[in-house]
Amino acid sequence: MSSPVTIYIPRDTTALAMGAERLAEEIAAEAAKRGESVEIIRNGSRGLFWLEPLIEVDTLDGRMAYGPVDSQAIDSLFDQGFLQGDTRHPLCQGLTEAIPYLKKQQRLTFARAGITDPVSLADYQQLDGFNGLKKALQLDGQQIVDEVKASGLRGRGGAAFPTGIKWQTVLDAVSPKNQKYIVCNADEGDSGTFADRMVMEADPFMLIEGMTIAGLAVGADQGYIYLRSEYPVAYQILNEAIANAEAAGFLGDNILNSGKNFHLEVRLGAKAYICGEETSLLESLEGKRGMVRAKPPLPAIVGLFGQPTIVNNVLSLAAVPYILSQGGQAYADYGMGRSLGTLPFQLAGNIKRGGLIELAFGVTLRELLEEYGGGTFSGRPMRAVQVGGPLCAYLPESQWDTPMDYESFQAIGAALGHGGIVVFDDTVDMSAQARFSMEFCVAESCGKCTPCRIGSTRGVEVIDRIRNDENRAANMELLDDLCDTMIYGSLCAMGGMTPFPVQSAVKHFPEDFQQPAHNNGARS
Amino acid sequence: MTAAKEQLLPVVSDVIADLNHKPGALLPILHEIQNRLGYIPPESVPLIAESLNQSRADIHGVISFYHQFRSTAPGKHTVEVCRAEACQAMGSRQLEAHAKATLGVDYHGTTSDNNITLEEVYCLGNCACSPSVRINDEIVGRVTPDKFDQLIDGLRSQTLEVL
Ligand SMILES: Cc1cc2nc3c(=O)[nH]c(=O)nc-3n(C[C@H](O)[C@H](O)[C@H](O)COP(=O)(O)O)c2cc1C
Ligand code: SF4
Ligand code: FES
Repeated sequence: MSSPVTIYIPRDTTALAMGAERLAEEIAAEAAKRGESVEIIRNGSRGLFWLEPLIEVDTLDGRMAYGPVDSQAIDSLFDQGFLQGDTRHPLCQGLTEAIPYLKKQQRLTFARAGITDPVSLADYQQLDGFNGLKKALQLDGQQIVDEVKASGLRGRGGAAFPTGIKWQTVLDAVSPKNQKYIVCNADEGDSGTFADRMVMEADPFMLIEGMTIAGLAVGADQGYIYLRSEYPVAYQILNEAIANAEAAGFLGDNILNSGKNFHLEVRLGAKAYICGEETSLLESLEGKRGMVRAKPPLPAIVGLFGQPTIVNNVLSLAAVPYILSQGGQAYADYGMGRSLGTLPFQLAGNIKRGGLIELAFGVTLRELLEEYGGGTFSGRPMRAVQVGGPLCAYLPESQWDTPMDYESFQAIGAALGHGGIVVFDDTVDMSAQARFSMEFCVAESCGKCTPCRIGSTRGVEVIDRIRNDENRAANMELLDDLCDTMIYGSLCAMGGMTPFPVQSAVKHFPEDFQQPAHNNGARS
Repeated sequence: MTAAKEQLLPVVSDVIADLNHKPGALLPILHEIQNRLGYIPPESVPLIAESLNQSRADIHGVISFYHQFRSTAPGKHTVEVCRAEACQAMGSRQLEAHAKATLGVDYHGTTSDNNITLEEVYCLGNCACSPSVRINDEIVGRVTPDKFDQLIDGLRSQTLEVL
C-alpha cells in the first residue's frame, strides 16, 4: 500500500463554525469507502477565514488548498483527484503559500499559524519553536528586558505602552513575599478581533514560550492566562498544549534542566467586557467583582494579590519568542516611526474576504479594505469602518487613506486598538450604531463611577429622543455635553472612550441624526 | 440539567473541596458548579462563603456581577446570539428579532418546553464569518434566520430522541 496522503483540516473556531468538524468525519469516511489511505491532521487556521473550511493536501510541490469546502463538494473533490493535488476542482485555490492574501503578508507572530498541529511539540520545534526560550535561559533578567526594549514592542492590547519599560518596572520592583506574576490578558472582548484567539488555537506554544520568557526576565514563577469564556475551543487547545509542554519539560519545575521554574494555569472569565481592563482583570483573578482599581499604584508594582505583576496582551507576549530568537533589532526593522514591528490586522463584519492580515505598521486602511478585503460581503458600497473595537471611532471614506500606525490614527482622533476592523455597508444606520455604543456601556460598565454608569444610560435615552425626532437640536446639544462629561469624568477608558464612536458617528454621518430614524437605512 | 434538589448540594461540596485551595478560587468554583449543574443554586452560596471565609453578600455580589453566572436552572440547551458590531454589520439585529420571535422568549428566557434558553453575547471571535451564534459549546457562523431555524429544529429533534 502507498503511504497515506496528509490532509489538513483546521480545528480553529471559525473553521469549526463553518463546518470543519463534520467535514473531517465525512472525508475520513469517504476515503475509507474508496480505499484511499489518508492521514487527517487537525491544524490551526491560516487566517483566510472567507475560505474556511480550508482544506489542504500535501503534495510534492507544497500544500494545495481547497476551500470553502462543504459536504456537497466531497464526492467531486475525490473524483477530481484532490488527493493528488489536482487543480481542476473549482474550489482549488492553488498552493496555499501562493495565495496572494497570504503571500503578501509579513508574518512574524503568525509564521506557524495553520502550518502546524497546534499541540504538536515536534511541529513547533521544527519551525523555530523554543529557540527564544533557549536563548533566554542563557541571559540574565536585565539582558532579556533589554532585548525586548530594543524591539520597540508596544502593548498590543490597545494602550500601546512600551512592553520593555513595563517589564523593567516589574524586574526592579521588590516583592515583600518574594512572589511576582505574569498575567496574560486573553479577554479579547473587542468585536472584530480574533488575533489572540488565533494565537491560542493555532500556535499556543508560542504564547507559553513568551510567558515563560517573561517569567525568566522578571523572576516570576507563576503565570495565569485570563481567557474569556466565549472561547471554548481556545480553552481546550491551551490546556492540551500546557499539558504537553509540562510533560516534555518546557514548563513547570526545572525547565529544560535550568533549575528555573514556571507554572501556568488558564483561568476563565465569565462574560464581562470590563474584565479586559487590566485592574478589573486582576480583581476577577482574585475572585472578586471586576471593579476597576484606581491607578497608581500600577499593576507592575502592586498587581495580582498585591505583588508585582506583568499584565500583557496575548499578542505582546506572543511576539517575544521571535524577539529573543532573532534579536530585538530584527523585529524593530519592521514598521515606521514609533510603531515598530508588525500588527495582525483583523478584517471583519461586512467584508468579502475577512481574515487575519499581519503586516508592518504603515499600510493604509484602504489597502486592507480593498486589496485584501475585496469590498463588502453584500456587494453594496462600503460606508463606515470601525477600527479598534467598540470604544473607537467610526471612520468615513475620507479617512481611509490614513496609514495604520499609532500616531497617524491618533492624529485623526481614532485609534488602532487591538487591530480589529469592522466594515459596514450603506444600509448601516449610524444613529443606531451610536445608540449601541451607549447601550454596550450600560451593559458592561463596572459601575464604579457615575459619568460612565449613569451617563451611558442617559446617552441611550437622549439618542432615542433624537431618533424619534423629539427636540432634536436641544438633544443633540445634550448628547454633546454628556459625551464630554463621560470623557473627562470617567476613571477608565470604558466610560472615557465610549463617546468616541458616538461623536464620530455624529460628526461624519450627521445625516443619520437629522431625519426620523425610520427614514434611515439603505440609501441608493 | 435537571438534577433533583437534594442531589445538588453534595455536588457543590465536592466542587468546593476540589478547588478551594486555589489562589482566587471563587471564579473556578462558580464555573465548575455551573458546569455540572447548569446554574448556581442559591443554597450553595452559604457553603462557598464558609469555605472561602467570606460573607454571603460577597459571594452573591460576585455571582451577580458576571453575566455568565445564573441562579436558576436553564433549559436543556443554551443558545447565545452575538449582538456585537461585526455581527450587526451582517444582520444580527434581524437575527436577534427572529430568534426572540420564533422561540417566543426574550433574552435570559427559557422556552415553555424547557428546551432552550436564549442568551445574548458580545462577540464570539468569529467576526469574519458573522453573524454568529453559540449553541452550548459550539459556535456557528453565517447564521441566517433560515439556518437558525434548522439549528433549533436540530436541538428539538435531539431532545425527542432522548425522551
Ligand atoms: C474597557 C477596557 C477593555 C480592555 N480589554 C482588553 C482586552 O480584552 N485585552 C487586552 O489585552 N487589553 C484590554 N484592555 C487594555 C488593558 O487594560 C491593558 O492595557 C493591557 O492588557 C496591557 O497589555 P499590553 O501592554 O500588552 O497591551 C482593555 C482596557 C479597557 C479600558
Ligand atoms: S469608567 Fe466605567 S468601567 Fe471604568 S471604572 Fe468607571 S464605571 Fe467602571
Ligand atoms: S462580533 Fe459577533 S462574533 Fe465577533
